[in-house]
Amino acid sequence: MAGSTARVPVAKTYKIYIGGKFPRTESGRYFKLNASDGSVIANVCQGSRKDFRNAVVAARSAFGGWSAASAYLRGQILYRIAELLEGRSDQFVSELVLQGVSRRKAKKEVVASIDRLIYYAGWSDKYQQIFSAVNPVSSAHFNFSVLEPTGVVSLLAPEDSSLLGLVSNIAPIIVGGNTCVVLASAQLPLCAVSFAEVLHASDVPGGVVNILTGFAEELTEQFASHMDVNAIVYCDGDSEVAKNVQVRAADNVKRVLARCDQDWTADAGQSPYLISETQETKTTWHPIGG
Amino acid sequence: MSTESTKLAFNDGWQYAPAPESTDHISIDEQYGLFIGGEFVAPESGRYFETVNPATEQTLSSVSLASAADVDLAVKAARKAYNGAWSKMAAADRGKYLFRIARILQERAREFATIESLDGGKPIRESRDIDIPLAAAHFFYYAGWADKLEYAFPGRRPVPLGVAGQVIPWNFPLLMAAWKIAPALACGNTVVLKPAETTPLTAMKLAEVIRDAELPPGVVNILTGAGETGAEIVNHPDVNKVAFTGSTEVGKIIQRSLAGTDKKYTLELGGKAANIIFADAAIDEAVEGIVNGIFFNQGHVCCAGSRLFVQESVAEEVVRKLKDRMETLIVGDPLDKNTDIGAINSASQLETIQSYLKVGQDEGAEMYQGSGSLPEQGYWCRPTLFTGVSQSNRIVQEEIFGPVLAIQTFRTLEEGLTKANNTPYGLSGGVWTDKGAKIFKMTQQIRAGVIWANTFNKFDPTSPFGGYKESGVGREGGLHGLGAYLKLET
Repeated sequence: MAGSTARVPVAKTYKIYIGGKFPRTESGRYFKLNASDGSVIANVCQGSRKDFRNAVVAARSAFGGWSAASAYLRGQILYRIAELLEGRSDQFVSELVLQGVSRRKAKKEVVASIDRLIYYAGWSDKYQQIFSAVNPVSSAHFNFSVLEPTGVVSLLAPEDSSLLGLVSNIAPIIVGGNTCVVLASAQLPLCAVSFAEVLHASDVPGGVVNILTGFAEELTEQFASHMDVNAIVYCDGDSEVAKNVQVRAADNVKRVLARCDQDWTADAGQSPYLISETQETKTTWHPIGG
Repeated sequence: MSTESTKLAFNDGWQYAPAPESTDHISIDEQYGLFIGGEFVAPESGRYFETVNPATEQTLSSVSLASAADVDLAVKAARKAYNGAWSKMAAADRGKYLFRIARILQERAREFATIESLDGGKPIRESRDIDIPLAAAHFFYYAGWADKLEYAFPGRRPVPLGVAGQVIPWNFPLLMAAWKIAPALACGNTVVLKPAETTPLTAMKLAEVIRDAELPPGVVNILTGAGETGAEIVNHPDVNKVAFTGSTEVGKIIQRSLAGTDKKYTLELGGKAANIIFADAAIDEAVEGIVNGIFFNQGHVCCAGSRLFVQESVAEEVVRKLKDRMETLIVGDPLDKNTDIGAINSASQLETIQSYLKVGQDEGAEMYQGSGSLPEQGYWCRPTLFTGVSQSNRIVQEEIFGPVLAIQTFRTLEEGLTKANNTPYGLSGGVWTDKGAKIFKMTQQIRAGVIWANTFNKFDPTSPFGGYKESGVGREGGLHGLGAYLKLET
């Protein structure tokens, strides 16, 4: 072929994910993600506090429908996410490699992420049976306690484990009927954005998972203090961060879940107790009589 | 059926003869020390404060004002007991001590009930039939858990947390102490507990019971004092777990103060429960449920049904019957067995309630009160309801903690639900209807931790209790209540 040159590749625009749509940040800001050779991989959205507030509105809107969806349906949707991730494994491995992760480790991480989704898909219609109770009260009442989702959860996803850590935290939140707003790893943001595309194609209703890219230093306060967020999960930071999160969280008595120093590749990286942490126990009484 | 024909005639012919519980079988010391390390000791500061009978305004006793130094001694005693006898003891034996406490409380139930009503103002009928029996039942229930904890948490190894600092309110003094102490000890922790400033006496009596039950010294320490004492306990660096029941305002302060520490915490905070009456409900039963929901314990109940929502087509009938029923409620001597509504717990709480009565009227709501007589001495509030209120009224949004009901109406289930959930609180809720499907729809959709359907204000040691949203974090009671006092290791 005369004058042949290498094909000009088509670069991907990495955007944020709010309410089932892929907008750019409303702030118009970006940060450069560089490869180890210094070349630019992407201009990543530097999500703003306004983006976060919009995402909370989307998450709250989605909560009613998602929390009312049957456990079987939620399980199938989580399984579907795993199916699509499996089909796009190569893309995720490439993205991890592009961001400096070894190919061997990248493969392992993608496979573990798929398996983790399958794990939680299977829990969808079982954790309730593990954690609920019929309570033998002394009076003539039927009394039972069941789990219900806490509501909207904000999640500061792990910096180091950009796909497995992300999936390991999102899955137990949403399998229990919560909706969430997530801040992806700032150093390794690509997989989170691509994972949003997987979610989008997996029948996860818009708004159930919202993913922002940006900086925890800028957004943690907002994630912790927002009055329409019921729980916050964070995975990094020193005692100063922990203190700041809890002080802000007290504004509306948020549930605060610190998952720092968690090895997401370990056995303890998955558990039905992680589902129960963003659940509320509801107890119902009714008289027994004629 | 005419309005008049359904009204019960409660006239002078229905006057009850006085039926006061006697007080000659009880003993209250003139002064109480702090219960630290198994002994009653004088406070370091030498300072005491008086506890008053809110029905007579007479002083019952004086109790110690614990300062930081006393808190430190109590935490040290609790730590020593935790490291020593309590953690080395077989779990079954821990349980036996709790069974002992339950039995002694049952034996001394009449005495405890009488003192509870004297010190806190609640009707003897409630302290006798609810507070004290439930407190004993709570110890009995958790006693049995002590050697069975591994069955409660599949796949996990439960271990105690250490020293629990516990701060409780004045509305159910002994019962709240039981809710806190029983699960903490069953799980192998030791305790420093502070009863409320206005209701310390049954806690001091409980200290006697714990001493008589021969618990190892320091396993339970009880410190009297005010808010500062509570803060010293919460903020003591050697406390591993904080359990608080009280206002949402103080709960938030505690959550902030624990920021950056590794202390585990549970908060059982305020509420503004919706009690929802559908047109197809058994109306007379529902009216009883409304009365029990808001006037139980003078409305000093975090889960009180303080917002009433009545379906429009029966609103007139429900309000009329409610007003009739309010006329029959006897407000007066807490020790009288016929009393329905006792004394407001303190002068300051009465002031708070009265300020809300004014706010309600200033905001344009219509106030109605029972017309019965009130005693001359003491702190009293007539059963009160407000109609013509809207969602934004302060008496609809804020917890009053008194016998004050705000009534609104709704047309459709969805409207009732939306209004019911329009609150930052989420502790409890009630629904009254004869339709099973509607019960489940409502009980699933109300965002609150405890829902009573065709009943209200029922409690049991086996039944988890606690709030959604700003009503708190964690559960007390039942299997779920164990989680608050354990670390689950893999």
